[in-house]
Amino acid sequence: MEIDDDKVFKALADASRRQLLDRLHRKGGLTLGELCEKHDMSRQAVSKHLVLLEAANLVITVKRGREKLHYLNAVPINDIYMRWIGKFEQKQVQALFNLKEALKEHSHDEA
Amino acid sequence: MMKPELIYTTYIRTTPEKLWNAITNPEFTRQYWGGNENVSDWKPGSKWVHVAGDEQRAVRVIGNVVESVPPKRLVLTWADPAAEADVSRVTFQIESVDDEVRLDVIHGNFNPGSDMVNKVSGGWPRVLSSLKSFLETGKALNSASCAEKHAAQEAVV
Repeated sequence: MEIDDDKVFKALADASRRQLLDRLHRKGGLTLGELCEKHDMSRQAVSKHLVLLEAANLVITVKRGREKLHYLNAVPINDIYMRWIGKFEQKQVQALFNLKEALKEHSHDEA
Repeated sequence: MMKPELIYTTYIRTTPEKLWNAITNPEFTRQYWGGNENVSDWKPGSKWVHVAGDEQRAVRVIGNVVESVPPKRLVLTWADPAAEADVSRVTFQIESVDDEVRLDVIHGNFNPGSDMVNKVSGGWPRVLSSLKSFLETGKALNSASCAEKHAAQEAVV
């Protein structure tokens, strides 16, 4: 099974799929039913998105009894990150990210 | 089966034997796992340590080998030497899939209230990306030890 970058980028290029990953990032081990809660998508639509995410290796499933539990797998995202951000640049990129977050919070305070 | 808390998968163009070696041979782990070595005889019941590959030899993680089936399955207990009672469990599963090898890492059995889950959740993707790169290209991504990183940082600034 070849996991290519195209699959990862395509899987990420959809707001609903990113939302599903956000949910799994907050809490791993959710069933399809749990993932459908608080979503205005149909069960079929969520299920289709999960198939694509699984094919891109961004979601891993574990069978437990009759249930299938879904987990976020951040490794392919880290592979992409590592491809363009060298080990000595990480600190600088993180510093800029922190600055951006701090400025965002600051502008919220003023509003 | 217990509900695992963290689970990671990566597909690597290598053989199960090479992947097993990369996880269990300190000469290899040092090159892609933040300069740290995994040291043990890898027999069930034996101790294992994750230790800095420099002169200080600081011990980062300690545990026991629970299961060892080369080159398929390795189960270890995992604890911070400063908090030995806070034990969790790591399982490495290795499986050939077509012309690649699938590695699953499952880190679970966390004690209630343990902060180990937060300590390791960001680290595993980095280690596995680096391991993949090490095996596929011979070059790790984050092989620099803390001391090297520090030196590089000073050189940059």
